[in-house]
Amino acid sequence: MNKPLRRIAIFCGLLILALLVRVNWLQYVKADELNASEYNKRVDIERYKSERGNIIVDGKPITGSAKTDDTLFTYKRTYTNGPMWAPVTGYASQVFGASQIENLEDGVLTGNDDRLFFDRTLGMFTGEEKKGGNVVTTLNGAAQKAAFEGLGDKKGAVAAIDPQTGKILALASTPSYDPSTFAGRKNADSKAYNALQPKSDPDNPMLNRALRETYPPGSTFKVLTAAAGLEHGVIKDVDAKTDSPLPWIMPGTTTPLPNENNIPCKDVSLREALRMSCNSVFGKLGTDVGADKMLETAKKFGFNEEQFIPVRANASFFPEDINASQTALSSIGQFDTRATPLQMAMLAAAVANDGKLMKPYMIDRLETPGVDVLEKTEPEEQSRPLSQEHAQMLQSIMETVVEKGTGTNAKIPGVTVGGKTGTAQHGENNSKNPYAWFISYAKVNGGSPVAVAVVVEDSGANRDDISGGGLAAPIAKSVMQAVVDKK
Amino acid sequence: MSVVTNTTTIGAIEAPSRRNTELALLAFAVIIPVFAYLNVGLALDGKVPAGMAGYGLGLALLAGVAHLVVRKFAPYSDPLLLPLATLLNGLGLVLIWRLDQSPRLIERGKAFGGFQPDAPKQLMYSALGIALFAAVLVLLKDHRILQRYTYISMAVGLVLLILPMFFSPVNGARIWINIAGFTIQPGEFAKIVIAVFFSGYLMVKRDALALASRRFMGLYLPRGRDLGPILAIWGLSILILVFETDLGTSLLFFGLFVVMLYVATERTSWIVFGLLMSVGGAVGVATFEPHVQARVTAWLDPFSCYETSDACNQIGQALMSFGSGGTLGTGLGQGNSDLITYAANADFILTTVGEEFGLAGTMAFLMLYALIVERGVRTALAARDPFGKLLAIGLSGAFAIQVFVVAGGVMGLIPLTGMTMPFVAYGGSSVLANWALIGILIRISDTARRPAPAPAPSPDAEMTQVVRP
Repeated sequence: MNKPLRRIAIFCGLLILALLVRVNWLQYVKADELNASEYNKRVDIERYKSERGNIIVDGKPITGSAKTDDTLFTYKRTYTNGPMWAPVTGYASQVFGASQIENLEDGVLTGNDDRLFFDRTLGMFTGEEKKGGNVVTTLNGAAQKAAFEGLGDKKGAVAAIDPQTGKILALASTPSYDPSTFAGRKNADSKAYNALQPKSDPDNPMLNRALRETYPPGSTFKVLTAAAGLEHGVIKDVDAKTDSPLPWIMPGTTTPLPNENNIPCKDVSLREALRMSCNSVFGKLGTDVGADKMLETAKKFGFNEEQFIPVRANASFFPEDINASQTALSSIGQFDTRATPLQMAMLAAAVANDGKLMKPYMIDRLETPGVDVLEKTEPEEQSRPLSQEHAQMLQSIMETVVEKGTGTNAKIPGVTVGGKTGTAQHGENNSKNPYAWFISYAKVNGGSPVAVAVVVEDSGANRDDISGGGLAAPIAKSVMQAVVDKK
Repeated sequence: MSVVTNTTTIGAIEAPSRRNTELALLAFAVIIPVFAYLNVGLALDGKVPAGMAGYGLGLALLAGVAHLVVRKFAPYSDPLLLPLATLLNGLGLVLIWRLDQSPRLIERGKAFGGFQPDAPKQLMYSALGIALFAAVLVLLKDHRILQRYTYISMAVGLVLLILPMFFSPVNGARIWINIAGFTIQPGEFAKIVIAVFFSGYLMVKRDALALASRRFMGLYLPRGRDLGPILAIWGLSILILVFETDLGTSLLFFGLFVVMLYVATERTSWIVFGLLMSVGGAVGVATFEPHVQARVTAWLDPFSCYETSDACNQIGQALMSFGSGGTLGTGLGQGNSDLITYAANADFILTTVGEEFGLAGTMAFLMLYALIVERGVRTALAARDPFGKLLAIGLSGAFAIQVFVVAGGVMGLIPLTGMTMPFVAYGGSSVLANWALIGILIRISDTARRPAPAPAPSPDAEMTQVVRP
């Protein structure tokens, strides 16, 4: 009977061999694929196993970690003043993933980043629990507070930049949400998350309006048209009379480009045209510069390109391949022109910084748990859309707007403020409430510490009350005031 | 008198008993789990676990008693079987204890009406298992005694197999019976009893089965009347599959029968028929049994139905557990294998091995099982009587098939079935039955390796000597 016995022995050996081959295939070949499975909870378990590092503003954390009684995740994220900071931090939820800084700097915040390897190894020997590193932002708490409280229960957004460095000082979006409410994985968390989705809340509170929403910029875009006029030599002197007929019939059409309330725009200088916000003057200026050159200047200011700060901001838009009348409309911020609040703040910042556009950024540095600097962001020039001379000319006329034009609501005693209002038409035949815009900068001791863009899209307000000067300028003022006061 | 032919494969006359080798190996089999226990305690709480001394002493005591019994009652037995079983049992206890500490499983246990740690119970079952092991060695002086109980074994085996049909299913499979608060898996014991029956039956009928056959297309077709038993067993295994929805047990019994039939008759045709019939039966049942269908679907692609089907969820979790262990594992107590809340310390305990010991550890585990099987097959080769040969190969074949079916199931190599990993998984029936199985193998190997008694001096020796001129 020994011959079949030996064969059975071989058979048993084959069974074991099959298991060995399978386990090698599973644990060696397929391991990475299995670990990356969307159903694998281990990545999240690891992420919330130890205290997450913090996002820091003005030296104080605006986030935190709370120990939970949950058997799956040990810690969950908490937020100080969550709704105010949500457009900056994003969220980190045990169930719904993470967004913005929480997502982009997840490696540092969890402590899993390769650069934290030394800290982790050290912790292994000292027996310390793993802790994540910190993200130090460029934001200014007072400016953020002014922006968020200024927007109040209105729908809108604020972006403020330090023109000299590109540091983002404020980034507010309303209505906002509190990321703490869905940081865990209880039923209440998913209820809170679902209630924030556009299908249950049409106001879409989780939309970061400062970065991800593009609006028609309206008259604030005239600053860019003026810059293009100066840069391309169409305007030599901002105080000289322009050749601006009234009414001005848009080329290729029989339609005149109307001004608000019959303002006296005939042949006025660029300064006067910006002060009164003359559509006819800037429409003609845009066509005189030409669609291609308008586009060229717009691109230099950052249009038609996504911006990374390092959170992604949607691309603002200046249309390509347009005819003369479309150029005229685009040049006064209508037609297809669209811009994010960040983009308009960049425009104001470039003007305020004597024509040099600094690349905007909101992460100053990354730190280890022991507060050593891992990575520091250095200010970087993005482009030079304006010469210094032209930038100063533009500053001069923007300051006139605040001094005695449509933007007087932004006046700050003892501080030089330049700005531009905008009231962008919205909806078919201007049927919906327009957007109120204000872009501005403040100047102290010759340099500008802050440039800001505000947009308010409050459909609930009385139509007559909606204007850049009335609704948006006071918010911009308080943001600038907050920054100037701190200086 | 000086020339004595050695008829066994292992061990010459006056072979060393190897009891001291066994003792040395047993020391390792106790020390390794004790270190593993320490490792779990340090990983989970950062301190030496409180019960370590008690656990170590308990395991050492059990191993010591087993060793002494072997030394006294089976002095020539195989020295590897006992240490291997002790090591697996000890590591199993550590794994069960480790899963007892999992907050996730504790919470789940509370939700299902009170959490109770399983490790103390398993320690008790292990003690009972070793007691049974000792009893087998003490009471069963010679394995050939079992031959007398061939037909009684058949009756007992059938009863054990059919009994669970009268009890309500647990987790979809009818493989438990419930007597006075104790749940027993009779299939585990049936495995041994049926092997005894097959050995006795086939030893008597092997010639009829082997020789009375017609040649047809290169195969020896057995006669109809000899085909009877194999058809009966096939039918029975299908019935088990249908009524108890237990693919594992039916595969085990059918495999056991085919293996033993092949060894007894030395006819390859039986293997071919066996495979054809088991494939036919399995496919047939899978077409209308939803429980089996779900497991086949889960086996084909667990992630396609991960969120909708429990079967897919289980096997998907098991695969991710293995994946996360990778080559070297996360280390004891540091994995998340407890995410498989379902039967984490029973049917799925190998996933904890995979995640926390890694590929290296899992292969080592499989090799321990392979070694037990190898020692069993060696015992069968060495056994001098056909009944012992058949019984030893039957038991070790069943053991190998069970390991393959369970491990292959949780690794997704074959559809998942509800059986336990011998010695490691939590469960009283399994531990008791497998210790008894090791006891019988040790008994057979003792008989096989025992030095042949010296031939009695012949009174005629003087008279028949060659007269040299």
